[in-house]
Amino acid sequence: MTDTSPLLDIADLKVAFDTETGTVTPILGVNLKVHAGETVALVGESGSGKSVTSLAVMGLLPRPAGRVAEGRILFRRRSGDSVDLATLPREAMQQLRGGEIAMIFQEPMTSLNPVLSVGEQIAEAVRQHMKLDRRAAQKRAIEMLELVEIPAAASRALEYPHEMSGGMRQRVMIALAMSCNPSLLIADEPTTALDVTVQAQILALIDRLRHDTGMGVLFITHNLGVVAEVADRVTVMYAGQVVEAGPVRALFRGARHPYTRGLMDCLPARAHRGADGRRVVKAIPGTVASALAIHDGCRFGPRCEHAADACRAAPPGLEFAEPEHLTRCIRWRSL
Amino acid sequence: MASRLAKRLGGLVIVMFIVAAIVFFLTRLAPGDPAALMLGDQATADDIARLRTTYGLDRPLFIQFGLWLAEVVKGNLGHSIFLQRPVTQALLERAEPTFFLALFALAFATLIGIPCGIASAVWRGRLVDQILSAIAMLSASIPSFWLGLLFIQFFAVRLGWLPVAGYGDPGAPLAERLAHLILPATVLGIVNSALIVRFTRASMLDVLGEDFIRTARAKGISERRVVLRHAFGNALVPIVTVVGLTGALLIGGAIVTETVFGLPGIGNLIVSSVLRRDYPVIQGALIVVAGIYVIINIAVDLIYALVDPRVRT
Repeated sequence: MTDTSPLLDIADLKVAFDTETGTVTPILGVNLKVHAGETVALVGESGSGKSVTSLAVMGLLPRPAGRVAEGRILFRRRSGDSVDLATLPREAMQQLRGGEIAMIFQEPMTSLNPVLSVGEQIAEAVRQHMKLDRRAAQKRAIEMLELVEIPAAASRALEYPHEMSGGMRQRVMIALAMSCNPSLLIADEPTTALDVTVQAQILALIDRLRHDTGMGVLFITHNLGVVAEVADRVTVMYAGQVVEAGPVRALFRGARHPYTRGLMDCLPARAHRGADGRRVVKAIPGTVASALAIHDGCRFGPRCEHAADACRAAPPGLEFAEPEHLTRCIRWRSL
Repeated sequence: MASRLAKRLGGLVIVMFIVAAIVFFLTRLAPGDPAALMLGDQATADDIARLRTTYGLDRPLFIQFGLWLAEVVKGNLGHSIFLQRPVTQALLERAEPTFFLALFALAFATLIGIPCGIASAVWRGRLVDQILSAIAMLSASIPSFWLGLLFIQFFAVRLGWLPVAGYGDPGAPLAERLAHLILPATVLGIVNSALIVRFTRASMLDVLGEDFIRTARAKGISERRVVLRHAFGNALVPIVTVVGLTGALLIGGAIVTETVFGLPGIGNLIVSSVLRRDYPVIQGALIVVAGIYVIINIAVDLIYALVDPRVRT
């Protein structure tokens, strides 16, 4: 890792969807960097734009409605060249996808093709990107299943997804993603659908693979407990914007945005005793603003207990609260 | 797989018995006396009674059914009252045009219907989809006799490319006989392709929205491969069903089309037998057609297991 430029550098990303009622911009101002060998957590409630951001990186925005309207998504290729994924031609993007950039999805139960054996599904990606023949690809698939600690990999490679448990299937997904040695792995809520015990195993597995291969991991989650466990740095999104970003310790020690604070207060571990002695978990009032109904000023304003007139006047920009610690709150000093 | 087959074949026996009973008794419900019809206006009551005895038409219905069923099980479908030959022979003579007509029409409908359905789903809402959907709707609404007459008028009469009607001389080479099937098979194919287009489109649209399609795209394989291998592979079950049912219906005789094109097929035989109250032929033909229908359904069921591993276990 002699090159210190980031593996992934998203700057001022804006994603637009053309709908029947007009154009909506679910992503409006995402800045995010992932370096090789580190795990960056992308955090936010459902609907905050985490998954859309990841699909934009993968070039998998639903066509023809979705498109990158502004900004750039720079990716450092293995060859050392940087390419802008936002403007990359479709064929070049296809070469990167599954090869240098891989992705794991949230739903292991439905993310694998039910009519192909898991070995075939891995081998297909291997043949595509590593140009191996059928037999070598099948061998590679079995090796990958071993890598993700699936016992009796050679025989399980012949099985179909419905013959496996959710945790097993997520391991297969990881094997599939890792099969072409990606330098960037995007994990979109990979443990959300799994049992708690299985969650821990999958997290440990992804972390071990990151450590062994030196790949960068963009870990999308709404679970701050998971963030504390896996992430080096955290980016928090709200209503399509990055509202806070910084090293994981700094954020947990002193969040500089009321939304991040609110998220942390939602953690059961931070519940306080109510007047009647029962534990009360604090919640953020309201729901995430719809991308169709965005007003002037701070997007979190309507739900923020610290909101002042200045917050409603103009949309706040990102500013440094500390070196490497960004916030989109004009009142961060008084938090 | 073997036990699945055994179970289905067991079901086949029961279904066929029920079919036989329905066919037999329904035929008897129809008004009209074959003996009287056969002998014409001049016949005396005595003549008619004698003929009824000869064919066993004077015995109680259940006895007639039992006797008939025992023969059917042995493969003897009885003797035609009008054609002066065994029903099996009459059916076999008519089987060739019907079989090839069904085969060609189904091949045509499938080869047109599936690609159009896939294209429609992939470019959903675009011009291609709108045009294909309009054509499918149109061809489903066109009566086959009208399309048949139109085709005869244009391709056979005006251009003279193909025979107008009939099935040629029985002694003519097979290719020459089959040439008579090109027009009717095309008509039937067009009319039946509409359903296949609709089913393929709907099934593909369902599958294209699935999570594993996104996974396939995330692998970086070509969109063509995503559609043909990942989506189509999963869309097959409903498509196999509709193709199977279409095939079964066609085997039953495309009665209207056979009539328009004057083809001496099973459908034609059934119609003329009904008009003549030729009970043995009607019964025999319906039994055979129902049997083929059931067997095609079993075949479709077994194909499910081939195309979808979840059905196998």
